[in-house]
Amino acid sequence: MNDSERVEFTAEMKKDYKILIPTMLPRHLKMLASLMTVYGYDAELLENSGREVIETGLKYVHNDTCYPATLVVGQFINALQSGKYDVNKTALFFTQTGGGCRASNYISLIRKALKKAGYGFIPVISLNFVGMEKNEGFKLTLPMIRRMLYSVLYGDIIMTLANQAKAMEVHRGDAEAKADYWTKKLVEELGKSTPFTYGKIKRTYRELVRDFASISMTSENKIKVGIVGEIYVKFSPLANRDLENYLISEGAAPVMAGLLDFLLFYVYGRIVEHDMYRTHKKSIGLLKIAYKVFLKKQKDIIDVIKEESDFEPPTPFEHTVELAKPYINLGVKMGEGWLLVAEMIEHIDKGTNNIICTQPFGCLPNHIVGKGVMKIVKERNPGVNIIAIDYDASASEINQQNRIKLLLANATKEE
Amino acid sequence: MQPLSKEVSVGVDIGSTTAKIVIRDGEEVIFKKYERHYSQVRQKTLSLLKEAEPYLRDKKVKIAISGSAGMGVAQVARLQFVQEVYATFALVEEREPDTEVVIELGGEDAKIIFLKGGVDERMNGTCAGGTGAFIDQMASLLNVTPDELDEMSLKCGKVYPIASRCGVFAKTDIQPLINQGVSKNDIAASIYMAVVNQTIAGLAQGRKIKGKVMFLGGPLYYNQGLRKAFKETLKLEDENALFPDYSLYAVALGASIFAGKADKTYLYDKLIEKLEEAVKARREVASMPPLFADDDEYKEFKERHDKETVEFADINTYSGNAYLGIDCGSTTTKLVLINDKKDILWQYYNSNKGNPVDVVKDKLKEVRTLCGDRITIKASAVTGYGEQLILNAFHVDRGLVETMAHFMASKQFQPNVDFILDIGGQDIKCIKIKNEAVDSIMLNEACSSGCGSFIETFAKSMGYDTREFSKLGIKGNAPVDLGSRCTVFMNSSIKQAQKDGVSVENISAGISVSVIKNAIYKVIRANSPTELGEHVVVQGGTFLNDAVLRAFEKEIGKNVVRPAIAGIMGAYGAAIYSMGLEQEESTLLSLEELEKFTHTSKASVCQGCTNHCALTINIFSDGGRYVSGNRCEKMTSKGKIDEKLNLYEYKRQYFSNLCAPHKEGAKVIGMPLQLGMYDLAPLWVGIFENLGFNVKLSGLSSRETYLLGQDSIPSDTVCYPAKLMHGHIEQLIKENVDAIFAPCLTYNIDEKAGDNHYNCPVVAYYPELLKDNMDILQEVHYYAPFLNICDEKELAREFVVTMPKDIIDADQKRYLEAVKAGFEKYRKYKEDLFAETEKIITRARELNKKIMVLAGRPYHIDPEISHGIDLLACSLGFAVITEESIAPRIGDVPTNILNQWTFHQRLYRAAHYVLTQDDMELVQLVSFGCGIDAITTDEVRSIIEKEGRIYTQIKIDEINNLSAVNIRLRSLIGALEMREDKK
Repeated sequence: MNDSERVEFTAEMKKDYKILIPTMLPRHLKMLASLMTVYGYDAELLENSGREVIETGLKYVHNDTCYPATLVVGQFINALQSGKYDVNKTALFFTQTGGGCRASNYISLIRKALKKAGYGFIPVISLNFVGMEKNEGFKLTLPMIRRMLYSVLYGDIIMTLANQAKAMEVHRGDAEAKADYWTKKLVEELGKSTPFTYGKIKRTYRELVRDFASISMTSENKIKVGIVGEIYVKFSPLANRDLENYLISEGAAPVMAGLLDFLLFYVYGRIVEHDMYRTHKKSIGLLKIAYKVFLKKQKDIIDVIKEESDFEPPTPFEHTVELAKPYINLGVKMGEGWLLVAEMIEHIDKGTNNIICTQPFGCLPNHIVGKGVMKIVKERNPGVNIIAIDYDASASEINQQNRIKLLLANATKEE
Repeated sequence: MQPLSKEVSVGVDIGSTTAKIVIRDGEEVIFKKYERHYSQVRQKTLSLLKEAEPYLRDKKVKIAISGSAGMGVAQVARLQFVQEVYATFALVEEREPDTEVVIELGGEDAKIIFLKGGVDERMNGTCAGGTGAFIDQMASLLNVTPDELDEMSLKCGKVYPIASRCGVFAKTDIQPLINQGVSKNDIAASIYMAVVNQTIAGLAQGRKIKGKVMFLGGPLYYNQGLRKAFKETLKLEDENALFPDYSLYAVALGASIFAGKADKTYLYDKLIEKLEEAVKARREVASMPPLFADDDEYKEFKERHDKETVEFADINTYSGNAYLGIDCGSTTTKLVLINDKKDILWQYYNSNKGNPVDVVKDKLKEVRTLCGDRITIKASAVTGYGEQLILNAFHVDRGLVETMAHFMASKQFQPNVDFILDIGGQDIKCIKIKNEAVDSIMLNEACSSGCGSFIETFAKSMGYDTREFSKLGIKGNAPVDLGSRCTVFMNSSIKQAQKDGVSVENISAGISVSVIKNAIYKVIRANSPTELGEHVVVQGGTFLNDAVLRAFEKEIGKNVVRPAIAGIMGAYGAAIYSMGLEQEESTLLSLEELEKFTHTSKASVCQGCTNHCALTINIFSDGGRYVSGNRCEKMTSKGKIDEKLNLYEYKRQYFSNLCAPHKEGAKVIGMPLQLGMYDLAPLWVGIFENLGFNVKLSGLSSRETYLLGQDSIPSDTVCYPAKLMHGHIEQLIKENVDAIFAPCLTYNIDEKAGDNHYNCPVVAYYPELLKDNMDILQEVHYYAPFLNICDEKELAREFVVTMPKDIIDADQKRYLEAVKAGFEKYRKYKEDLFAETEKIITRARELNKKIMVLAGRPYHIDPEISHGIDLLACSLGFAVITEESIAPRIGDVPTNILNQWTFHQRLYRAAHYVLTQDDMELVQLVSFGCGIDAITTDEVRSIIEKEGRIYTQIKIDEINNLSAVNIRLRSLIGALEMREDKK
């Protein structure tokens, strides 16, 4: 990487630049934007969407690049062109895992697109935990990472509960209202600089779960549909044509694992590599500690949900790992790697026999971990339906819906 | 009011092109009807029901709607919808319960339903053609009706390989066969075979089709040849192949079964009322502003373009010299005769009706007759797809590559032309001109040819003539947004638009805009009009369509020049070119010779090398022959390839002779020679030979390798090299190896040049995928361990952990010895490769030849992957070397992207090295479906173009046709020559 040409986010810029964050997980990232203010950043979650974003993306990104890149770039450039922001006082923000799939190159693609669009001077901040691309004006501190972790956890709980409640609620809109209420409340809480204790966080968990549990729900037997897939397409309503709500409108109940699993996968993946190849020798101690901490955080959430509600809690990650092992080697780490397979099995394990595997058209890792495992997963779990749905700018909605309807028709028959 | 006596159940199936209705009274069918709906989905449903009034009035009507276009109708009319596959399922259960598999082909849908042993349904996804619409399209390409196509197929002698993944690919394969004069009977059968392969590979995806199979849908109902192809390929006995007489109505019948089970009943009038409302209702669809705001705007447009014309002279009165240009394009043939002043004396433009030789012969006779003794044809030139065939058949003086022909013609209209966009029947060509020379050329990739013939076929399918259809587009008030990917996607988008009840006018306009967007954003990849240039000339038959032209002007926000002769520019340019030859008399056949001219063709297989090209030998009445279909000129009189100038060939030989002779009694370990193995095989062979094994590499791939493994490929969009892996495994098992070794490598060799040293996900993990998708691997010892090759000791340790003791019993020390031997063999390979590279470069320079760095991945040397492009380059006069052979000559290079893959960092280094060598040109090979190349191509291009050099990219897939590659490489040569002339 040619670091000399990169526009750095300087300490000077930190003073008055606005940092734009793309929509992937709207609720999680809204909290992230908020908590960044505590550390002196002025961050904003982008909310522009629709055909314009896609068209803009297509203009500035190679058409064969995966769909998430098109959307992220489209959203950024569309925002910059909207006149809403002072482009001379704006920076962009994106995550980078440094894995072997092309998603690690999104940052470069964003920069290339910026250059093409005449915004080559705008800095792009890479959020990563492997020390790629240093910026004088953006430093991850431990307290900030801690706050970020809680924004992920809060976001996960809201998403998990809201999905389940939405599918079963008696009064349409109850769950969404609660989710909005809690997102707003937690955005405020995370944006306050006053330190908060873990005890307080756990109390918040409890209140949150109780509140969702108070929604009146039907006892109807709905078809559960597990959503797995490439992380951006799986989570982003912009990318997956609002798949969750579509499923709910079709009378099904969507289920999906949260973002924490991906973080755990990321950390645990390095421990696995250390095991297999003796790499990451220097960081292994730290990785193991981080893994333990994450597991504990997950357990606390599971406990609260179990104690306070009838909602289905997340699967303990160590169990998730065990579920994957008979199907795929844990050395498959690119993209969502073995985690994607694990999530399929996790759904089956919990009685969700219908699974939609979402990916951008031509997604490289998903040839292996998505479509590549369907045969064996179906063989070993008779009665399980899995379909793959590819998303891109031109994929026809009718074909996608047709496939989903087929899945649901099949599910109805099985029951 | 009479009491309602009876219940009837109505099933309606609205597919992509047809609507079907079935009415049943109990089990008995009392009414059925099958009609094309020409995208008037809601009206057609309504009219079908009205037609059935006598059977519905005064009955309790139960109804269910099915089909891909039926979803919208059902939704708006609030009627019961049944998923189509599911409807089929219900029908089968009722009629033929012991059926195991249902194969149904529809207009644009294809599906397989597995009924036994785990119910499973497979439908064509976002990337798949090869259905009824595809067969229709192919028939019109051959200029026959679908029925005639069927009859012809039954008389076939030889089946040619035609890419089966999507219609566009297949078409690219078929076109050269037509142009080469292959018998239509053979082509017809080959088309059906492609559909069969498509269904099996694309849909069954590894699941075996066996037992009783029921075939449904229009194409399988009407086409005997297709039935035969399916039956034979699947090896089905007569009693296991069901072709029921209700085949066309299967889904509608199934829907009626569902209707019967419903509680809700309607009265006829109520039902009609519901549908009438639906016809009125319009859902919001993504649309764009109209092409013309008002009539005045259209008038201004018309007048402006009418001015761009050429002078004409009367051939009946003119006497003097004349020059003839012929453009034998993919679907059309064009001829132009000009005088000394470049005025047009005579012209011809029409479809080549699948037989360009006959068309050209007739027209030459006509022009020779018209010329008589008054006009002397001094010179002639031919360009286009059929260039070589026509050149040889009629003794045309000279052939030239079409890009040059278009440039020459465009200059007549716009002397300062700096950008030419040509959209023809099935190709898009963009030519950028800088300093009076062709600066770069872009051709559409095989996947994006939403070009002229697409509009034509689509117009036909809707029951319109092309011209009429495009005129409708001008009137569209809100063109539908169809996206800009490939034809197949567009078909689905149109389906969606039909479902939403969009008018034909707006669909037509939408298609025009899509074709243009495709050209601009997919082929040219421009992001602002200034990038295209100041003086844009558009041409090609597709631009005769005003809607397309307008869409282009609107999209780039600039007026452009469309010569009045936009359709014949290639021929016009060829004529002008021939004028420059300054000849006394053309060698073109005389009228007498033309009278006697006949042409026959026969198929043959070249035995010149392992490629075994399918050849077509054209024999002309004067004894002349023209062989086509071959990748190289090796076996024809014209060319001789200097094999000492081809590093691809050297590498192939090297890998073919890599393994030591087998020792008696030692165990044989097999390795698939594909993907990363094309680089690392010396390492693994070295290790296992040191451990005392006989090593067997699966060898170079061929089409058969692919066919051998195609039914276990789980993802139809993965790259072709990965797909070939399945065949290599089958090959090894056939050879009875004792074990198969295929390592999974997250990390490749660290060449210390880049930010990381990953393999791409597919190269890294494909062996893991094979384990669970190829049942046959249960029968052998298959080892796909996860290894790290960056450290010798560590690798030895991992061998101890991962290799089973029953096949190798070695300790870490022993493994370390073997690993060291392996790395030694790998080092030796690299050393030999670099030495050979140096030899080739030196020799090329002695012979004053240009050196082509044919850059891609190590596995691109496989003859089934690069399809002989290296040989073609050699026969065009290049010496060929590879990216990894020169990458080490330069260290780590700066990049604008994250440089994290071992194979790919070599590309950037090679590109930088090429910049330092005046006699080297870089041509990049890109595997279709390689996501990473979306990143590398932009980067390599920017490295090369920064220094003003020419970047050429070639996309490769299972596609087996070198014509497009030929154009590209010859244009490259043309551009280089023009640049040299400038100096």
